[in-house]
Amino acid sequence: MTIDQFVENFADLFDNGGEINAQTPFKELSEWNSLMALSVIAMVDEEYDVSIKGIDVQNAVTVEDLFNAVKGKL
Amino acid sequence: MSINPFSLEGKTVLVTGASSGIGRETAIRVSQMGGTVVVVGRNRGRLEDTFAALEGTDRVHRQVVCDQTNEEDLERLIDGIPQLDGVVQCAGTSVLFPFQFSTREKYDRVFEVNFFSTVELLRLLYKKKKISNGGSVVLIASVGGTTVFDTGNGVYGASKAALVSTMKFCAKEFAKKRIRVNAIAPGRVHTPLIESGTMTDEQIRMDEAKYPLGRYGEPADVAHGVIYLLSDAAAWVTGAMLVIDGGLSI
Ligand SMILES: NC(=O)c1ccc[n+]([C@@H]2O[C@H](COP(=O)([O-])OP(=O)(O)OC[C@H]3O[C@@H](n4cnc5c(N)ncnc54)[C@H](OP(=O)(O)O)[C@@H]3O)[C@@H](O)[C@H]2O)c1
Repeated sequence: MTIDQFVENFADLFDNGGEINAQTPFKELSEWNSLMALSVIAMVDEEYDVSIKGIDVQNAVTVEDLFNAVKGKL
Repeated sequence: MSINPFSLEGKTVLVTGASSGIGRETAIRVSQMGGTVVVVGRNRGRLEDTFAALEGTDRVHRQVVCDQTNEEDLERLIDGIPQLDGVVQCAGTSVLFPFQFSTREKYDRVFEVNFFSTVELLRLLYKKKKISNGGSVVLIASVGGTTVFDTGNGVYGASKAALVSTMKFCAKEFAKKRIRVNAIAPGRVHTPLIESGTMTDEQIRMDEAKYPLGRYGEPADVAHGVIYLLSDAAAWVTGAMLVIDGGLSI
């Protein structure tokens, strides 16, 4: 699991994910909503076979924070 | 005989999912209303807890540990149970996945419990004449997938919609034996099912605020509806979906 690949999977959830990088505060993105939060949890389940919880998404500010949360559960 | 039309005295009722949540509360309340209960669940310890909480020690309550997705477990269950006047199927599971991540594997996992094994248990009970004429079957569906279509709830909702459809077919076919078949569609109820952590506490608080009656349900709110449908008070009710949702679907 690499940060680059994670950012790519994350950005793929968005229509306009081109600008997203590891330091992006993703909840400030205009496309961010509760469906996106569910989608992130589902993407992590599908790509990494890891169950993260709503609170993990809530606590993360940047994409890298999320990456670290997933890594911690691998 | 009791003059209370909701009494379950003299009735033997099978309750699945009795090791937790709505099924557990239903089993206990059925026993409080005078019923004899067969409690079914997967987790032995939690099922024993429910069994110990049943009232009416003069009645022969039973407990059967059964993973209903396991064919042998199902057969053992069917062979070992007495003649039934009521069947309440509460066993169920849920997932939250946006449609684009709802793979066949996710549908299979949820449908296996909520639909296929639930329907197979009912089929076996009916075919083997374990449900007495005049009996009552109650399936626990959900407003999700039948009247409320929340984001991410598609797999679960589809399994419950399929169950409601089957309920109606059975209501028609079983009517010749005066066996009634109904479903209850609850809104969100405080049980371990909704505590998976996919939603944050804050999201849950916001969701709960959508309920006109101001709160999520408690297991007893659903159990009381089950008691009604099992009882002679509902003698002319079949093929119905009773919505118990604090007004959510208005
Ligand atoms: N809570 C809600 O918000 C809500 C809303 C609408 C509808 N419902 C429906 O209400 C029913 C009861 O749910 P609940 O909220 O009480 O959930 P719960 O507390 O999680 O209980 C689920 C029950 O289903 C049993 N179960 C699951 N898979 C099984 C299997 N393969 N074989 C046998 N038993 C199995 C569990 O047994 P073990 O614990 O022994 O494994 C447990 O007793 C479900 O059908 C659910 O879909 C719930």
